[in-house]
Amino acid sequence: MKTLHCPLNGVRNIDEFTYGGEYHVEPDRRQADRKTWAEYVFFNANLSGVVTEWWCHTPSSFWFLADRDTVTDEVISTYLFSADPVE
Amino acid sequence: MPFGLLKYGLAKTYPAKNLFGESRPLKKSYDVVIIGAGGHGAAGAYYLAKQYGITNVAVLDKGYLGGGNTARNTAVLRSNYLTEEGVAFYKASLELYKSLSNELDLNIMFERRGQLTLAHSDAGIRNLRWRAEVNQHLGVRSRLMFNDEIAKMVPHLRMDTAARYPIMAGLWHADGGTARHDAVVWGYAKEAAARGVEFHQLTEVKGVDIDHGKVTGVRTTRGDVRCGKVIQAVAGSSSLVANMAGINLPIHTFPLQAMVTQPYKPLLEPHVSSPHHHVYIHQTSRGEFVIGGGSDPYPLYNTRATLPMRETLSAAVLELFPFLREARVMRQWAGITDMTPDYSPIMGESPVQNYYLDAGWGTWGFKATPISGNTMAELVATGQVPKLIAPFSLERFYRFEQVNEAGATAASH
Repeated sequence: MKTLHCPLNGVRNIDEFTYGGEYHVEPDRRQADRKTWAEYVFFNANLSGVVTEWWCHTPSSFWFLADRDTVTDEVISTYLFSADPVE
Repeated sequence: MPFGLLKYGLAKTYPAKNLFGESRPLKKSYDVVIIGAGGHGAAGAYYLAKQYGITNVAVLDKGYLGGGNTARNTAVLRSNYLTEEGVAFYKASLELYKSLSNELDLNIMFERRGQLTLAHSDAGIRNLRWRAEVNQHLGVRSRLMFNDEIAKMVPHLRMDTAARYPIMAGLWHADGGTARHDAVVWGYAKEAAARGVEFHQLTEVKGVDIDHGKVTGVRTTRGDVRCGKVIQAVAGSSSLVANMAGINLPIHTFPLQAMVTQPYKPLLEPHVSSPHHHVYIHQTSRGEFVIGGGSDPYPLYNTRATLPMRETLSAAVLELFPFLREARVMRQWAGITDMTPDYSPIMGESPVQNYYLDAGWGTWGFKATPISGNTMAELVATGQVPKLIAPFSLERFYRFEQVNEAGATAASH
């Protein structure tokens, strides 16, 4: 059984979680043009290697971030979103 | 081994032919470099040589000919899509498949056995009706079929109403079928090589040279090559290859798992698909049941097979064909699928001049092999975007004009 460490609920079966997409910084709503929005909505870095992603513990609707290796499928760390995260 | 066979193998009367050309050093320059020696790359090379006389072409692959998703797909051919753009495109592909064995002088084992898509809800029937209307409008043979007829056509299908999600109707697609996926790429590569195209296996592209927004060459593990034009025809690493040319794509890359059972006597003629159960199944001409459509729940660049997915696929297929509870699973594998937001490919021009994209082939690449090779060759040779692929340009995402085929697949996403 593959597990994921939820910052709120501890170690749980990965089946209890939903993948929520790559972590992207949302563009400034007042200034972003169509191109910027299109890139924010549709485009992904889709890297092989360690990436930062949104995950949700489905039963508790609890969202958090995870650093995961997309080649080896290892989750390196999970943590809560903060105002000035990653990047 | 029978002695006769050994003698035949050693006899000089029937020398083994190298169908794909001798291995040789890379030339300094080519008119066209194709990245990826899968079905799409080989087909593109073939149509460039045959229809446009462009033979100074190198097809490069980091692995071997047809060793990627061309070998890993479940060999489903159909054109019963949802959008007019999608239906017209896949219909043209199936037309080319019909005569492909003759054209390539190799039996690709094309069989038109039909495809049955099942509905287990009112919403499912509505989807099938919609597809039947669009399909018929464009000359594709699809029609709604109800349970009495389904039970006669597929007698082993579980039709009883005690099922948790009883079957309510089906979409019968008489044009659907299958073909041997390896033979398709071998056939195209053989005919392309016969016309002078070079296939370079174990030659990985590590970089793309761009000068003033125009591609000038590629850097490979076997040296640098200059070229006039590049076609990117990879699956499973579309984003990674495009990144080398500085292009970002709207793709998420997921494994898609499938499995195959021990062989049985022939008892299932059409391909049967259930979008509700996220499963599809057909019986190969060898007798094995190919069970597919299990997309992993999160992105990964890895072809490992998992036990949870085997359980999911098994549970789903047993809802349809309970007799398979006795069947042993012989193999399970994964292919890497480049999923686009609208489940349509990304084909055509790119932000880099003379660098052409044949990407985002998700779970629909094999059936499109002939037409994508054909249209990409036309684009590269003439510089004009063929009408059939114009809706699939990368630009569509900037215009918010997606070609949504999410309703025409049974793979679980």
